[in-house]
Amino acid sequence: MPEAKRPVLEVRNLSVTLPTGADRVHAVEKVSFTVAPGEIVCLVGESGSGKSVIAFTIMGLLAKALKPSSGEILLEGENILAADESRLRELRCTRMSMIFQEPMTALNPVMTCGLQIDEVLATHTKLDAAQRKAKIIAILDRVKLPEPERIYASYPHQLSGGQRQRIMIAMALVLDPVLLIADEPTTALDVTTQAEILKLIAELQEGQGTGVLFITHDFGVVAEIAHRVAVLRWGELVEMGPTEKILSRPEHAYTKMLISSVPSIHPAHRGVRKDGPTVLRTEKLGKTYSGNAFFQKARVVKAAVDVDLDIRRGETLGIVGESGSGKSTVARCIARLIDPTDGKIFLGDTEIATMSAGKLRPHRRRVQIVFQDPYRSMNPRITVGDSIIEGPMNFGLKRDEAMARARKLMETVRLDPNSLDRYPHQFSGGQRQRICIARALAMEPELLIADEAVSALDVSVQKQVLELLDEIRVRLNLAVLFITHDLRVAAQICDYVAVMSKGHVVEYGSAEQVFGAPKDDYTKALFAAAPGRNWEFGKFATA
Amino acid sequence: MLDFIIRRLIAIIPVLTVVAVFVFLMLRLTPGDPAAVIAGDNATSDQIADIRTKLGLDEPIWTQFVIWISNILQGNFGESFFFKKTVAELIAQRVEPTLALAICTLVIAVTVAVPMGVLAAYRHGSLLDRIVMGFSVLGFSVPVFVIGYCLIYVFAIELGWLPVQGYIRIGVSFWGFLERMILPSITLAVIFVALIARMTRASVLEVLNEDYIRTARAKGLSNRVELMRHALRNAAVPILTVIGLGIAGLIGGAVVTESVYGLPGLGRLTVEAVLSRDFPTIQTVILLFSVVYVVINLLIDISYTLFDPRIRY
Repeated sequence: MPEAKRPVLEVRNLSVTLPTGADRVHAVEKVSFTVAPGEIVCLVGESGSGKSVIAFTIMGLLAKALKPSSGEILLEGENILAADESRLRELRCTRMSMIFQEPMTALNPVMTCGLQIDEVLATHTKLDAAQRKAKIIAILDRVKLPEPERIYASYPHQLSGGQRQRIMIAMALVLDPVLLIADEPTTALDVTTQAEILKLIAELQEGQGTGVLFITHDFGVVAEIAHRVAVLRWGELVEMGPTEKILSRPEHAYTKMLISSVPSIHPAHRGVRKDGPTVLRTEKLGKTYSGNAFFQKARVVKAAVDVDLDIRRGETLGIVGESGSGKSTVARCIARLIDPTDGKIFLGDTEIATMSAGKLRPHRRRVQIVFQDPYRSMNPRITVGDSIIEGPMNFGLKRDEAMARARKLMETVRLDPNSLDRYPHQFSGGQRQRICIARALAMEPELLIADEAVSALDVSVQKQVLELLDEIRVRLNLAVLFITHDLRVAAQICDYVAVMSKGHVVEYGSAEQVFGAPKDDYTKALFAAAPGRNWEFGKFATA
Repeated sequence: MLDFIIRRLIAIIPVLTVVAVFVFLMLRLTPGDPAAVIAGDNATSDQIADIRTKLGLDEPIWTQFVIWISNILQGNFGESFFFKKTVAELIAQRVEPTLALAICTLVIAVTVAVPMGVLAAYRHGSLLDRIVMGFSVLGFSVPVFVIGYCLIYVFAIELGWLPVQGYIRIGVSFWGFLERMILPSITLAVIFVALIARMTRASVLEVLNEDYIRTARAKGLSNRVELMRHALRNAAVPILTVIGLGIAGLIGGAVVTESVYGLPGLGRLTVEAVLSRDFPTIQTVILLFSVVYVVINLLIDISYTLFDPRIRY
């Protein structure tokens, strides 16, 4: 092998042992792969696949409970699994760097961004203060941050998520390491920001010939950025190869299943509009937040402005938008979890926007929500059965009747009715989300609101939950309001789509129309930024 | 910021009004007659009535209250029934030992407790951690006077290193002052060390799980920098809050500590005034304590901004 092509990273037979009592023995088992200079290798897998464990093992940042038990990790030929703590400290940020998933929390909130990068230089180089400053300004410029001097003196909370991730990238690359590990670096970002960050990483690594180990669960991102892909399941590497081959001709059944689960960005044909009665209609719905200060001018934030929507029975309306677009605000106003400040909400014929809390109570039953995070939206101290029957019993159902309903609903969401006496922590994320759906359905609502209800789920689980939601909609002839940031999901489940930006609905129409021929500039930009939009993920038989 | 400070200072007014009304009523409603206490055991009922008239105690309660409040607003805190001095003079005489005790206690508590808590958090689950936590449970549960007498017995009586009791003004002899301050401050500091060490440990432990600590590690920083520069400063706000709340406990602790060590401070003055039903003195001391408490907590709130740039008022 010529010297230039020697891999920057070579992982050989790596195994990492889990603490006793875990659901399996190894977090990672006998994994081998290489990253060549200038190459981007994606590690793809669902949660629990061990992809992050591999990244942390390379950096030497594993939690104490996890122990690498065998194998070698060669960084430019040096086995860093055998290196002591001080050697690892020398290597970090100089030869290998890492960027993380959450730019919001990965930076120290009480230090300026400039000083946080300065620490790297002060620790690893002998440059004096002026040289360090010059180098930092140069790297801030290279990651395309505007006004590097101002950014240098800013605290993290004064910057946007995308800017913070650029700071992280600047920090990681300031000393030109040979290896960059990126652990889901764009997962927490909006789709347009994600597209920019992916472009930036690709540009920088190509320019410097940096090898990149890129960890993601998103096949759209894989299609966008990877040269080679390694697919992980339960700590084992099931398949590895060039991106094009893995995405279009996967061999392993698991890879096939994963890729088949990726929702298409082209909307499914949903047929013509049915003539059902209108379940929900909003008229110029608005929500303004205003802080009050004693001497200063009050700060006013318009979270939603003039939102007109309507949903008929048996239909799914999707609201898509980036964070801060007001999509969740609208959902919460409709459910009256927060009080709208303007406009009207008609639930059937009843106007509920301004109704008093007492009068609203009987109508509460008619609108139910499924929230994003199934780990936090269930009370961990009561059984799932009690969670499900609590609502109906509040509305006068007897305990045994409610319990009978709960058993039926568990069947509807394809869970074992006998598990009603278990606690939420005994279920997986996907199962919990099914329980949340059952809990919402127990109230026999007319409108079901799903607020990013599948965003926290792995793609294969997400597919099942989406199918379940759609099946329930058809069977119960429900109206569904589906809030999501994920265009692929919206394309698959929605009859109608409203695109929101900065509190306004900028485009509203049938899914086919909005996805097929977007008119608004923002909608176009949003679609253009969707990762892997040019890649049609095949549906493979997984038998 | 200025807006915040002004608002907080204005908020002191209702707090003090409530404290004033409450203290006044409590004292008047508790049994016991200051006139009888002043007059002594052999006084006739005429003499007692005389004294009562002289002190204004025969007026209706609300008249007494109005007179008292209007005097205070003019800066006149009245004359002590018992000590035959103005209350202002009395407090001025007694404030130094208490102030010195409070400052020494806080300095000892913070310098001992914060490193203890940080180390316990860093070596989470180790023997050191368990020792710190054990000490902190002990520090909470042993009464101040027990610690006081134990320290006196060991260091003053058995070893003879330090004087048993008393107070020398800092202006008279700095060494004498220091010698007599050491034991009382340690006595009073024990409970604060326990409190602050516990809070520091919890707070640092939480911060050590934060993503930015992982980032610091990924940068190749040393443990010391990671701990002191990244963890401690982020953990500071809850620690400061506890110190602020602790000031209230300090006042209560000062009463006991000053009695044990015979320090002529405000704590002892309070005890003496209560025993002799010296209404003007009790009222003024309590008002003073409330003002100090509110102002210190305002200062603590303002100091948050030094540690966390996200906090803006």
